[in-house]
Amino acid sequence: MGVGAPRVSLEIMRGSATRRRKELIVRAVFASAAALGLIISLGIVLALAGEAVLWLTRIDLGSLWAQGWFPRSDEFDLLTLFAGTMMIAVIAMAVATPLGLGAATYLSEYASPRTRRILKPAIETLAGIPSVVLGYFALTVINPTIVQKLFSSAGTFNFLSAGIAVGILTIPLVATVTEDALHSVPAALREAAYGIGARRRTVTTKVVFPAAVSGVVASLILGFARAVGETMVVAIAAGATGTALRTFNPLEGGQTMTGAISSLAIGSDQVRGSGNAFLSLYFVGLLLFAVTFALNVVSERFVRRVRRMY
Amino acid sequence: MAIVAPQATRSTVEAALRGRRADVRGRLLESMLVLALLASLAILVALLFTTMVTAWPVLSSRGWDFIRSDTSSIESRAGVWQGLTGSFILVAFVAVIAIPIGVAAAIYLQEYARDTRLNRALIANVRNLAGVPSIVYGILGLVVFVQALRSLTGPDTYGKSFISGGLTLSVLVMPIVILVTMEALRAVPSSIREAAYGVGATRWEVIRSHVLPYAAPGIFTGAILSLARAFGETAPLLLVGAVTGYFSTGTGRGPVEVLQGKYTALPTQIFAWAKLPGQEWRQNTAAAIVVLLAAILIVNLLAILLRNRYERKW
Repeated sequence: MGVGAPRVSLEIMRGSATRRRKELIVRAVFASAAALGLIISLGIVLALAGEAVLWLTRIDLGSLWAQGWFPRSDEFDLLTLFAGTMMIAVIAMAVATPLGLGAATYLSEYASPRTRRILKPAIETLAGIPSVVLGYFALTVINPTIVQKLFSSAGTFNFLSAGIAVGILTIPLVATVTEDALHSVPAALREAAYGIGARRRTVTTKVVFPAAVSGVVASLILGFARAVGETMVVAIAAGATGTALRTFNPLEGGQTMTGAISSLAIGSDQVRGSGNAFLSLYFVGLLLFAVTFALNVVSERFVRRVRRMY
Repeated sequence: MAIVAPQATRSTVEAALRGRRADVRGRLLESMLVLALLASLAILVALLFTTMVTAWPVLSSRGWDFIRSDTSSIESRAGVWQGLTGSFILVAFVAVIAIPIGVAAAIYLQEYARDTRLNRALIANVRNLAGVPSIVYGILGLVVFVQALRSLTGPDTYGKSFISGGLTLSVLVMPIVILVTMEALRAVPSSIREAAYGVGATRWEVIRSHVLPYAAPGIFTGAILSLARAFGETAPLLLVGAVTGYFSTGTGRGPVEVLQGKYTALPTQIFAWAKLPGQEWRQNTAAAIVVLLAAILIVNLLAILLRNRYERKW
């Protein structure tokens, strides 16, 4: 043709040097921001692990099995904290499982698009309520009007009312994750079932739910992890003060892992002198981190299974 | 002798398919599901209602005075001003630190990072960090900001300062910001990126002029909701030294002294008051909760308004 057009070379396609340099700089900035995520998690592990190991070497290991949690008298009964945490988490899941799964199933399978558009944000609003508010709610409403009416032996602070409040906090998490899982089941599966004459109940319970079961399980594990890590409700309503006797009775007050950390922190100025008591905070923190991290990893596995299927 | 066929209406077809039995169990399931949903919402309503009722005497008699008063050990003089301003300063830290870094990290992970094992581990790690209990972040803040960096965060307050609190909340919220931003970026169709690449744009030019504008509403909403989360967070602040009692701030201090000084936050005050005995403190606590929920509601409304504005533009 011979119009004299310049031959396209690799050099031209690469663009100008300034543009390329800018590109590299921007990329480096973003990459270093992403690397910060890794630094944070390493920071958590290092911050906890070093002090926790130091604590373990300082105390008498026999004191990990005692009558209760009395950090200032060097009695660090881990079973006390573990039992308290489990009671809270189990009670919470007893509340959040039926309500969360029920609400999610209704929103995904029964509600009209319009109802869904109104009610879903309402459930999500529940997720925005700070846990300290639920703690107050547990202490002033749930305990006197429900728990103490049903069980006259219940004290002012008890695991049952704190557990119910933690359950309320967990409902939106369980509901949204379950709803996502149910919603991602392809419509073709439902239509096939309807096509051979199945009722909505059958479709929901025999087709959609089994197809989404990994996501549902994941939501329950996440909810459990949330309940294990909840602090403020326990600190206000479960009577988590500095010390606690070992108890397995949900109508009594006691101590949890999170409660132990927060009460050690609040009383830190007085406790710091006695060394070992304050250091136990790191060990309990490491334990809590390990438990919730493991639960999160497991639930991630389940979620990925749903995603791979559809 | 024409045979008149019975007209097939919706109800006759349904009845024929259903057979004679009514679907009792189906109805039962449906009503149980509705009940679960309504119970969850009823809890929300009951919570707001009882709090409002308890708070009303304080809010109606003291009103503005309750909001503008400092903390006090006397019931009738205690107010939420220190907590409210403290919370806003802490949230400002999060807005300035966690959101830019979080958005940048999300852009890298979603737009630049190749699908390697390392990058997949990095994303899984962020997701796990979002699920770590907030009190664990408090311990991190205690070790790093309060103890190790004491000379910077608050030499006169043993490191228990706004700076420590704000940085701790920033670290806590960052994984959430990364996740919602990645979600918003993923929602931008790849055809839009390809169109820009097709006319010779570099990767950053594609992101800046095409991807980010489309993802902006989602990023904004996520960012502001994470600010609301930071506003209500209590547990980590207990570890990094938010004051749970009365304290005086003093006047005439420069901004650095303020940021390195003692502080408290609204949820921390609520926690401290909730444990005090007596009807008057109970009412004060409820009133402070109303202020907290109102602030969070305003922040959430702001998120919705901003999103709508951007959606109109694009």
